[in-house]
Amino acid sequence: MKAKIYISYKEGILDPQGKTILHALDSIGIKKINSVRMGKYIEMEFNGISKDKASNITDESCRKLLANPNTETYKFELVEE
Amino acid sequence: MHFAVVVFPGSNCDHDAYHVFQHILEVPVDFVWHKETDLKKFDAILIPGGFSYGDYLRTGAIARFSPIMESVIQEAKSGKPIFGICNGFQILIESGLLPGSLIINQEVRFLSQDVILEVATTDSIFTQSLKKGQKLTMPIAHKQGNYIADKDTLKMLEDEDRVAFRYNKGKNGNPNGSMERIAGIMNKKRNVLGMMPHPERAAESVLGSEDGLTIFKSMMGLA
Repeated sequence: MKAKIYISYKEGILDPQGKTILHALDSIGIKKINSVRMGKYIEMEFNGISKDKASNITDESCRKLLANPNTETYKFELVEE
Repeated sequence: MHFAVVVFPGSNCDHDAYHVFQHILEVPVDFVWHKETDLKKFDAILIPGGFSYGDYLRTGAIARFSPIMESVIQEAKSGKPIFGICNGFQILIESGLLPGSLIINQEVRFLSQDVILEVATTDSIFTQSLKKGQKLTMPIAHKQGNYIADKDTLKMLEDEDRVAFRYNKGKNGNPNGSMERIAGIMNKKRNVLGMMPHPERAAESVLGSEDGLTIFKSMMGLA
């Protein structure tokens, strides 16, 4: 089983990297984009545990280390290989 | 005053800080490896700058779980001075000893340059020998030094007079885009200070500025 974790800045938090990417896209002629937000994508693999257990471990990992609760939110999905 | 300089894998300003204590101020100082768990014999603890754990995930996020940090948190609670510089500030924020966050600089660049700081409060061991509004010149060297916090946290820092240093206003001021030009803040008990600029790199006239020394001298009760 694999956890696919998406971490992104909270609404209202300035994302200087996203802003820079937006400018870069504009400068190469790609228009009509309202905004760009940049985040992180993390995968974790599990063997021989239930989906519930994997979900708990992933959530704890996000809360304690992977995401910064001040500035970031996270969501994840669990997929069977 | 016996200083500890905590060393993480990837710390790179540890020797600069050690040099200031050992050779300029001539006070006892020891390196303490991050796997250690006891800081009781020290009078003050310095968390140096650098790139602990390669800045992986977020700056300071992994160092925060090093064994030594339990003891840093304990000593902070007991009232011992804890001073985090640059990556040290980032680690103190990740550990929850200081509020807010340090995100990537507004221009998304690593900034290595001198800045002018304003002393925002003299009500702390770190700033007691300084004057309010006094200007200090010292370098910054970071990519994630853009201080942000929610409105309530910013108000709390103001109300409790916990902003120690601000970047100066005007041209070339506040280069990383920090909210309220914040360069350094303290905890509620005023014994934990984190700041992005590097006083340990501005402690000898041969390096262009001695202004950084004033903060270390202040910690030692010297004018």
